[in-house]
Amino acid sequence: MPEQTVIEAVRQTMFAEMRRDDSIIVLGEDVGSRGGVFLATDGLIDEFGENRVIDTPLAESSICGVAIGAAVNGLRPIAEIQFADFIWPAINQLVGEASKVRYGTNGLKTAPMTVRVPYGGGVRGGLYHSQSIEVLFAHTPGLSVVAPATPYDAKGLLASAIRSDDPVIVLEHKRTYRLVKGDVPAEDYTIPIGKAEIKRPGTDLTIFTYGLMLHYALQAAEMAAANGIDVEVLDLRTLRPLDEEGIAESASRTGKALIVQEDTPAVSISSEVSAIIGERCFFDLDGPITRLGPPEIPPMPFSPIQESAFMPSPEKILTAIKKLSEI
Amino acid sequence: MTFKIELPHVGESVTEAVIGKWLKTPGEKVEKYDPLVEVVTDKVNMDVPSPATGILTKIVAKEGETVLMGTVIAEMESVEGESSGTTNSPTAASLSSSPSASRIGTLVQGANVGPTGGEFTDTSLSTNTPENVVSRDSASASSTARQKGFSPVVTRLAAQHGVDLKSLVGTGLGGRVTKKDVITAVDNAETPVVNATMSVDCDDIIEPTPIRRMTADHMVKSMSEIPHAWSAIEVDVTGMVKWRAENKAVFESENGVRLTYLPIILAVVASALQANPRLNSRWDDGKIIVKKAINIGVAVAASEGLVVPVVHDAAKANVVELARKLDGVVDRARSGAMTITDVQGGTFTLNNTGSLGSVWGGAIINHPQAAILTTETIVKRPVVISKDGEDVIAVRSMMNICLSFDHRIIDGAEASEFLQAIKSGLEAVNITSDLI
Repeated sequence: MPEQTVIEAVRQTMFAEMRRDDSIIVLGEDVGSRGGVFLATDGLIDEFGENRVIDTPLAESSICGVAIGAAVNGLRPIAEIQFADFIWPAINQLVGEASKVRYGTNGLKTAPMTVRVPYGGGVRGGLYHSQSIEVLFAHTPGLSVVAPATPYDAKGLLASAIRSDDPVIVLEHKRTYRLVKGDVPAEDYTIPIGKAEIKRPGTDLTIFTYGLMLHYALQAAEMAAANGIDVEVLDLRTLRPLDEEGIAESASRTGKALIVQEDTPAVSISSEVSAIIGERCFFDLDGPITRLGPPEIPPMPFSPIQESAFMPSPEKILTAIKKLSEI
Repeated sequence: MTFKIELPHVGESVTEAVIGKWLKTPGEKVEKYDPLVEVVTDKVNMDVPSPATGILTKIVAKEGETVLMGTVIAEMESVEGESSGTTNSPTAASLSSSPSASRIGTLVQGANVGPTGGEFTDTSLSTNTPENVVSRDSASASSTARQKGFSPVVTRLAAQHGVDLKSLVGTGLGGRVTKKDVITAVDNAETPVVNATMSVDCDDIIEPTPIRRMTADHMVKSMSEIPHAWSAIEVDVTGMVKWRAENKAVFESENGVRLTYLPIILAVVASALQANPRLNSRWDDGKIIVKKAINIGVAVAASEGLVVPVVHDAAKANVVELARKLDGVVDRARSGAMTITDVQGGTFTLNNTGSLGSVWGGAIINHPQAAILTTETIVKRPVVISKDGEDVIAVRSMMNICLSFDHRIIDGAEASEFLQAIKSGLEAVNITSDLI
């Protein structure tokens, strides 16, 4: 089975999908001859031409607005936002418009569009190249938000997003792009939107996480195993809709929940996961639902030392594991 | 693969069972569907079949122990993953569904971070940074955990398994009793032994059979939850006695079942229940649930103890059908061959104590029903009856019927109306009645 990095999996999936379905187009800043700043779209324009691979002005509102227009008129656009930090001008198009197409037209129209968004820190990117932007979109009924953390999941979830008849925000953690390498089957497959996956089974407590933090959590779980603590790691994979069944099943079984995220915790994915566990697993809990995240300051410091202090790390996760397991 | 065997749910209102004899011992090889253990519920006895082929590795629930449905009673090592889905523990299920390490991926050392440039190394450990755990005082001030009491799961497990939490030594922070501590205590609990000091020189101490224990628990539950009240009247069944004597031989040769008084009484009681639906109800958490179906349980003294097979939809059957139904279910009860449907869904209970010579009884209601009726022995007595406007003394066949009822649901007036309905129904039977 071929081994790929996350970015290779993303690129190969777009090639495969565009060959499969002529209605798929790609648009975004520098996605054409430059191949995208992360090279996610490298080579697409050579095979599919500039009618299907469209370089746009530096105007995110326009990129998403054009995508909505194309989508309701029969195409399946994949819009790339160069960095998640640049998505804010497009909020009205995504939250205010794309999410409402199906509901607002009473099902007459849908917006089968994908928005690929490289997000997250740990890349020495400072304030404007490191943000986590998931909460605004995950809060919005009518949008789906996926956050694959492995090459395998990146292919399966991106394919599901492209084939979905409603808008899907695909969050690709830019630190994982070239950091994570794993098996990706060559054949076509999809991963259902809304299904979490237990990446590491365990009995003593469960870490609920997504994105880059999945890999840090897995490292921390290995270190905890050396201390005799058997940690389960659940990868949320989809942030909207959250896999409530999967979350509740794991939390009920282990009785202790540690939610780890890179985004600041107040009013966040971890708040929602915590609420699900509190609502559904109360009589199975053997410790306080615990959250680990960065301090509540605007992400993210540029100074390397401060960035490391800001981001959760395997060591910080291990400390939280130990603390929760000995309660 | 090791997995846990749970006590299966067998039906409505059966919440617990007493573990009877284990038919397999740990280490023994068992085939799928082999009977593993006998269990006794308050309604039926049954064998729990093995969900898979493999080796029984551990017996968790000991003989004589009362366990809730769904509780783990044993562990098993299956052969070639033949375990069934329902008995798989969640841990085992998720183990098999987790992706391989190669699919999750490995981390590339020194991977570049893309257009933002530079390298990234976590320095958090060496720089002694704050923990970043979102801290609420009440949640993480765990040194005071003990004073704060027990966690929800600890309380739940302790109640479920009857563990006295005060007797446990906690291994958690500040001596907190953890979920693991409770599970360990349950695992280590030994079968209770009869205390030697209880034994007085000349007294015999009998360890009750599971069904005796179950009956005992059931009676205590009924008497402690239901405020019983009692009422009784006498019924002149001379006509019914004559009718039966007249029709018995023909009935039995035509239908192949015995003709007792019970099916006649059952038919009359069923129609009295239709007319008085309050008697066919139950008290449920502050509400009165009036049951649509009329399913009458009939108390039977079987060899191993008291059992109550149910005649379903009694109001929809005639005397012949009732006689047939009764014959089948009583036979199965006496031979220990009852199925779960034979004992399920009862809404009212009839106990023919008269067959044992009793003339009066104050029965305990079959919880959670609203009432129980006993029919007492039929005796010939001189009674005053009215004949042609004159009071005369006649020899009549008399039977007492005694009702115990839940006074939360039913008052004396309703109880009397119900008894009167049965009385007039039974007294209406005479030699010319067309019951079959």
